[in-house]
Amino acid sequence: MRSPSPAAWIRRALPTRRRAVATAAVAVLLVGAVVWAVRPQGPDVRTSSAMLTVRSGPTGDEPVDLDTTLYLPADASDGNKVPAVLLAHGFGGTKESVRSDAEEFAGRGYAVLTWTARGFGRSGGQIHLDDPDHEVRDAERLLDWLAARPEIRTDAAGDPAVGVVGGSYGGGLALLLAARDQRVDAIVPMITWNDLSRAFLPESTGKDATQGVFKSGWAGLFFGGGGSVGTGPAGISGATGAQPEGAPESAGPPSPGPGGGPGTGPGAAPARAADPSCGRFAADVCAAYLRIATTGRADQAAVDLLRRSSPAGVLDRIKAPTLLVQGEADTLFPLTEADANARGIAANGTPVRVAWFTGGHDGGEGPQTDSDRVKFLTVQWLDHYVKGEGDAPGDDFTWSRIAGFDALDRGLVATGYRTTDYPGTAGTGRRDVVVAGPPQPVANPPAGNPAAISSVPFAGELSSLLGGVAGDIPGQHARFESAPLPDAVDVVGAPTVRIRAASATGEAVLFVKLYDVDPNGAATLPNGLVAPVRLTGLPREIDAAQPVTVTLPGIVRRIEAGHRLRVVVATSDQAYATPVEPAVHTVALADGVVGLPTVDGEPIPTAAVVWRWVLAGLLAAIVVGLVVVVAVARRRNRRQDTSIHPAYAGTPLAVRELRKEYADGFVAVSNVDFDVHPGQVVGLLGPNGAGKTTTLRVLMGLTQPTAGEIYVFGHRLVPGSPVLSRIGALVEGPGFLPHLSGLDNLKAYWRATGRPWADAHFDEALEIAGLGDSVHRRTKNYSHGMRQRLAIAQAMLGLPELLVLDEPTDGLDPPQIAEMRRVLQRYATDGRAVLVSSHLLAEVEQTCTHAVVVNKGRIVASGPVEDIVGESPSVLFEVSDPAAARTLLDGLDGVRVLPDTDGQLVVDTNGTARSEVVAELVRAGIGVDRVVPRRRLEDAFLALVGENSRGSGDR
Amino acid sequence: MAGSTREETAPGTGGGPAGPAHPSGAAAGYRPSATMPFVAEFRRQASRRRTQLALGFMVLLPLIILIAFQFDTGDDDDNGRGEFGSLIEFATSGGLNFTLFTIFVSASFLLVVVVALFCGDTVASEASWGSLRYLLAVPVPRARLLTVKLLVALAYSALALLLLAGTALLIGTLRYGWEPLRSTVAAQLEPGEGLLRLLMVLGYLAVVLLVVAGLAFLLSVTTDAALGAVGGAVLLWILSSILDQITALGAIRAFLPTHFSTAWLGLLSTPIQTDDVVRGTISAVAYATLFWSLAYYRFTRKDITS
Repeated sequence: MRSPSPAAWIRRALPTRRRAVATAAVAVLLVGAVVWAVRPQGPDVRTSSAMLTVRSGPTGDEPVDLDTTLYLPADASDGNKVPAVLLAHGFGGTKESVRSDAEEFAGRGYAVLTWTARGFGRSGGQIHLDDPDHEVRDAERLLDWLAARPEIRTDAAGDPAVGVVGGSYGGGLALLLAARDQRVDAIVPMITWNDLSRAFLPESTGKDATQGVFKSGWAGLFFGGGGSVGTGPAGISGATGAQPEGAPESAGPPSPGPGGGPGTGPGAAPARAADPSCGRFAADVCAAYLRIATTGRADQAAVDLLRRSSPAGVLDRIKAPTLLVQGEADTLFPLTEADANARGIAANGTPVRVAWFTGGHDGGEGPQTDSDRVKFLTVQWLDHYVKGEGDAPGDDFTWSRIAGFDALDRGLVATGYRTTDYPGTAGTGRRDVVVAGPPQPVANPPAGNPAAISSVPFAGELSSLLGGVAGDIPGQHARFESAPLPDAVDVVGAPTVRIRAASATGEAVLFVKLYDVDPNGAATLPNGLVAPVRLTGLPREIDAAQPVTVTLPGIVRRIEAGHRLRVVVATSDQAYATPVEPAVHTVALADGVVGLPTVDGEPIPTAAVVWRWVLAGLLAAIVVGLVVVVAVARRRNRRQDTSIHPAYAGTPLAVRELRKEYADGFVAVSNVDFDVHPGQVVGLLGPNGAGKTTTLRVLMGLTQPTAGEIYVFGHRLVPGSPVLSRIGALVEGPGFLPHLSGLDNLKAYWRATGRPWADAHFDEALEIAGLGDSVHRRTKNYSHGMRQRLAIAQAMLGLPELLVLDEPTDGLDPPQIAEMRRVLQRYATDGRAVLVSSHLLAEVEQTCTHAVVVNKGRIVASGPVEDIVGESPSVLFEVSDPAAARTLLDGLDGVRVLPDTDGQLVVDTNGTARSEVVAELVRAGIGVDRVVPRRRLEDAFLALVGENSRGSGDR
Repeated sequence: MAGSTREETAPGTGGGPAGPAHPSGAAAGYRPSATMPFVAEFRRQASRRRTQLALGFMVLLPLIILIAFQFDTGDDDDNGRGEFGSLIEFATSGGLNFTLFTIFVSASFLLVVVVALFCGDTVASEASWGSLRYLLAVPVPRARLLTVKLLVALAYSALALLLLAGTALLIGTLRYGWEPLRSTVAAQLEPGEGLLRLLMVLGYLAVVLLVVAGLAFLLSVTTDAALGAVGGAVLLWILSSILDQITALGAIRAFLPTHFSTAWLGLLSTPIQTDDVVRGTISAVAYATLFWSLAYYRFTRKDITS
């Protein structure tokens, strides 16, 4: 019985030298892979910052300092000229706001020039709102500067190959620059305006900006320099918060102060004394703002000023291919702005492509899939039109819709769609939904307080998308609702609705909104978008009111089946300036039809599709792998050697040249060679650790031998050989399920063999076990001896032809041992055989017909027990007179009396017959009581293995 | 003609009580493919106390949760767990929601432990009892032993999952009614559709738990200590979860076996988000295949010394 000692276990678990090397190599590889994967990835670009002085202004001779940084790909040089990108930042930002985008473009082989627009950061000058004489002319001078650089590719002398990219304020600049300077080869304006006066003074029935409702929330934010304004989809942004001024790359002196927005602090102002009410805004812009903000109305002069800064009037001069990217979550520059730009530019035959994404001034960059799509489109556009690589991008229209929340990142998920032609905000199809409700009175609150909340500029992407902030004030709004929609509608574009209004004042400012109401009554205002209208010439009575068509802001939304549409007409909105005087209007629907534009598009395949194929491939590979493995295993099974070695066909067990060497180099057995023939009870004898158990483990197929063969009835035995089913075994002690009774354990074992129930011979086995009623008790309550007997019974189940028992009498009491002896001797009949391993000599001597003596892993003797014991020459005599006998026997020729041991007479007859010796004794008158041959296995065993008691197994 | 139609079998064995009936030398009635029948192993595991306790707890847990909800005082505290906190708020709005909540609270740890228990204990406990060597001496082919053990362990894992969900659905419906599935992340789902989503969630969870099953099974064939295999698998799972919380690891996190373990929440939104579910399935299947392959490779070659 040998269970691995803790020391051996630890020795085996400890790494050998070879294993240590392998483990170390794997560890190094893993660490290396991790370091490689997480290393800070800086694209290989060179940067140089400089304060450039350019001459611009209406006359082109007013100097202004611009803080610039040029990003060059590492391989750009005089000999390897690269195309350029002029990258403009958003309002309130600096060149640092776009650094990561600049680095990315530079990594793609473009020289990127970023600069801080005049009036911001450390650049000089004042803010003129992308005025053609100021900001736009500044950019023209930058093109001149680019053309002069030796690394920049040129189309002609002084004409660099350049694209202009920018978001919001930067996007406006891109459009205006392309209209003014034909050297621009392509532009990508993002989330920007078409008509600045309409953006800030919208009127949704199509009236002029002078009639518009002032978007005071956004305007105040810009003018007051409330912070970051406008994050483009690809991160092309005006975010000031992200990058501190004077970031590491800036070469110039430290900034005098936080140069964030205009008018934020005295330090931001240039040398000249700043007007505290205007900050860094140019005087004319400031004056216009102050006039509009005071009255809530724009005069023609203010509108004209804003129009100078708008692409609307100069679109016909834009010849550079234009990729327009606009945000759906944008209450500042809604989708209609990009729509107007697209129509205006396309009218001249200039290639235009439009893409909508789910971010915007309210929604930020949008989900990852969206910013990836926009980045892809941008790079594709520049590569083709500026760098001259890749196929023409085409003019198909792509958009996306918020599909829900990402379960893992807790962010939003968008689904992209595309269609071949840009449909505009009117869509390609139209779905009419009837909304109903009686005419309702609505009150205009004095000074616009309290006001309904539709959107909060920069409240974060989630607030507007969730509709969490939307709220209408009771008494100040009218509601018109539809029945639940029978099926879902995918709205893409600007819905329309016709309303009527009456007022005693003859004039009303109203805000029309379209809510999506779910079956539980929760209402969502898509992206917080509202349509402000200013109605004039209204009658006193509603019956006399004329219908007007209100174009609601463009949305992309799926209205689920079972949801209702709700049109709300409110008198106030936090984000807008409303009339100060209190009044009560009456609002009604004209025809109660909401027209929902739709566009047929196909979903853009995303990475998800690729992953699906990967999954399918993986599953297929696993199935194929399984089939191959099973086929190979079957084939190997079929080709398994089923031949019978003729020499051993009738031998229950033949072990040949067996050798087992463990992984740690310990040789457990070597050259073990013995047979077990039918009818034999063979004892495998040896001291502890001699290799008996190892031999039996190999014999049971638990362990692979290092060399040698085992034949059972001529069949070669390997782990799992079917012929093992003809062997019953007890190896290394019993192994039972502790929670089952003895009988159930035997049954469970037999079930596992899958053999017929009748072949088990339970009755015989149980009789051998002799457990009586205890057989129904759980084995965990058994004594050692009971378990041992049960294990022997289990080994005998099915009456196997070879019974292998390892230390079978361990734990048995003497009567049981005696019984066991008889059982084993009886068992080894009918062609069966028994192999017993033991270190108890008496047991082997009394039980076995044959013995194999093993010591230190080698066989030292084998054969019939008698042979091993040998015909011992020594005989023990018990006589009446030992002294006389000793004298007599000493005189006999050849006979030697051994030294006296315990008063006994031990004689080495040395060839003389015992009968002759007895006769001599009797003749001499000495009485002989007993003659016992000193024939003991112990002597033989000790002679074979040596008497040294220590270390027989400890090699 | 000799007229002899029978040939003597191998000399010396013909008289044996169970003479060879097969050219492979097997005993009469022995077929490798008949050893260790699935049903026998299933019953063998069913008789174990740990199996009965684990399955019993799956039935008990929804009851405990239900009773706990009865103590609700109505003070509606914001659970403050983002968009998916609604699962908790809506737990008592219907049987489907109750089931979803039960799964939500069990998925991250309880089910992991249960699956690790079934798959980690199965081989290691036989080794520690010493009964493994007798099964191999039957002989049950090693690959067959592993396959049956694995299938039975997986069957019990699936049974535990189904018992948990089934009990929750049953008592939740009895207590709160057959209501639509609600959450703030999606439109309200009709009961039929909701049940379908629930089944999809269970399916995905089962796939994710394959990683635990694989890991526990691999440990089970490499150690004789059942506790080591079960505990080791759970510990490694927790380690992976902790690493997944560290966003600084960036893209590496996607390779953690636990990274996509909550992707089933995407199945509740409208339309269904399957992106992460697909990636999670790839990850889980790949890991499970790897672990199982290693387990088979190791077990079919190793020396059984216990």
